[in-house]
Amino acid sequence: MKRVQRWLRGEGAQGLFLISPTLVFAVLLLAIPLIMVVALSFWTQDYLTLDRTFTTANYQTAWTEPMYQYLMARSLKISMFVTALTIFLAYPVAYFISFRVPPKRKAMWIFLITIPFWTSYLIRIFLWKVILGYNGVINGSLTGLGLIDQPLSFILYNQNAVVLTLAHAWVPFAILPIFVALEKVDRSLIEAAEDLGDSKLRRFLRVTLPLSMPGVIAATIIVFIPTIGDYVTPRLVGGPNGLMISNMIELQFKKANDAPLGSALAISAMAIVTFVSLIFIWLNRKYIRGPGA
Amino acid sequence: MTQPIIQLSGLDKYYGNFQALSQINLDIKTGEFFSLLGPSGCGKTTLLRAIAGFEVISAGSLHIDGASMEDVPANQRPTNMVFQSYAIFPHMSVSENVAYGLKARRLPKAEIEKRVAEAISMVGLDGFGDRASHGLSGGQRQRVALARALVLKPRVLLLDEPLSALDKKLREQMQSELRQLQRAVGITFVLVTHDQEEALTMSDRIAVMFDGEIAQVASPQELYGKPTNRQVANFIGQMNFLDAKVMGVDGDKVLVDVQSLGKLTLDLHQATGGIEGCNVVGVRPEMLTILDGSQAAEREIEAEVCEVFYYGDMTYYEVILPFTEAKITITMRNTAGRKVLGEGETARVGWSQSSLLLLK
Repeated sequence: MKRVQRWLRGEGAQGLFLISPTLVFAVLLLAIPLIMVVALSFWTQDYLTLDRTFTTANYQTAWTEPMYQYLMARSLKISMFVTALTIFLAYPVAYFISFRVPPKRKAMWIFLITIPFWTSYLIRIFLWKVILGYNGVINGSLTGLGLIDQPLSFILYNQNAVVLTLAHAWVPFAILPIFVALEKVDRSLIEAAEDLGDSKLRRFLRVTLPLSMPGVIAATIIVFIPTIGDYVTPRLVGGPNGLMISNMIELQFKKANDAPLGSALAISAMAIVTFVSLIFIWLNRKYIRGPGA
Repeated sequence: MTQPIIQLSGLDKYYGNFQALSQINLDIKTGEFFSLLGPSGCGKTTLLRAIAGFEVISAGSLHIDGASMEDVPANQRPTNMVFQSYAIFPHMSVSENVAYGLKARRLPKAEIEKRVAEAISMVGLDGFGDRASHGLSGGQRQRVALARALVLKPRVLLLDEPLSALDKKLREQMQSELRQLQRAVGITFVLVTHDQEEALTMSDRIAVMFDGEIAQVASPQELYGKPTNRQVANFIGQMNFLDAKVMGVDGDKVLVDVQSLGKLTLDLHQATGGIEGCNVVGVRPEMLTILDGSQAAEREIEAEVCEVFYYGDMTYYEVILPFTEAKITITMRNTAGRKVLGEGETARVGWSQSSLLLLK
């Protein structure tokens, strides 16, 4: 009894109490559904009846069927393009706020970056449809200026549109970690690089960029993981060639009435994301520790 | 007479309306160990950064090695800097840090390796080349910063308070090492410090700065022995001041009426900053003696001991002079057989007229 009381007063117990609401929430809404999906992926379904005998057939289908392989590869490719484009767009903005904006104004600039979130993501997707569509803003202005005779068709309902829309949505999330990493770069290090003879570009490449890599890698993980499983964007702007693995998972659960195969696809996608993320985390640790450690 | 390595003339620096440096005229000789000394906020770091090229000067001229530094960016100046924070690149090893500037100059790999090894060994870090820079102690980081700058063989090495982050014992050790290193490499060192002891022990010459202006440039001995005004005298060591009034000048003699001491005739050269405007007489605490028994001095005055601070090897006395209640400090070495006086006792204070300075 005494031991329990002592444990309750200890730091470990207090920490557990502190996170307990989150813990309950996570167990109920994440762990239990996840266990159910894992279980489901080893069963089979015939119309509405579940056969609970253990089988790995779903995984064999998921990994060998060319269509699933193709969709998985396409999802990976799209999210990699999105991540690359997002970082490419976010880095200059983060650099500008960290190095060019006076300290007093930085908070305001960060605040301005959140403005896109004031409208729903769905509305922002529809806005992109308006911009990119057959009679949209871009095509309208280009034909109006006489630059093209026919509206451009390669800008909507394909993978380009998915990449563009997703990158636009995720840029603010990438700016923040890169900005934080840049803020942590000791300015005297950049002066030291200048003092030792480096030009502006060279001292960026040799000092600022390597020291901000933890932020770039954090941004990569933040953007890559959710976009690979994105479902609504390809559905609305992707067209038939822009569909991704999540759209197939939905199809299996609903129209195809094959929840076990859908589960196997979902778990497989998760495994791939985990693998890629581990590589980034390993890279991050390497950058944080530096050489020789 | 060789040309000065650094020539500053009429240099001004403004930040908005604030004047950080005002009319700096200074020549630094080739190969000397020069210190910029002053309290914090006096502009000494701004001046150093202007020489390095990190601050654009508002007016005046700056020449290094005879060449104007106007429009020459920091990365093209023949100077290198040891930063106050040392600014060691955390993502590089010790030898990569030292090689940084050589790689910027795109030297052949073999030469870089050779010079890095020499520089690392010069600062006593043999065997540390592959160490990660973030595991180093303060003293080791400073050595890396020194090696990284000196490996480029600059014409001038600029040091921004390099010892302020170290503990007392290490600081004293690094003072003598820096001095030896400067002699060995023969490069001009310009050191910024707020520590007068550090400046006195290391430098060939010192510029004392207050409020963006240079108050005096002199060798350590001259600076201590013949400060040209009251502010410098008070910043470099301790000094007692007594109000004084110049009664008249006759040839190379000055007649002065000094608080508590009465009318004195001093030599004109005892007014180190010029006779114009002099209103105090200064004397260092160690130039005064408390006379023991039958000891005699050129001049004596009786005073009441009001406070005694016993330091073991030394005793600091505060005494009150008769007539005007002026308080002065006297430091005495505790030699064999000398009696330490107590508070309230009467002391015979001995002094000589030549130890007085006439200041403004």
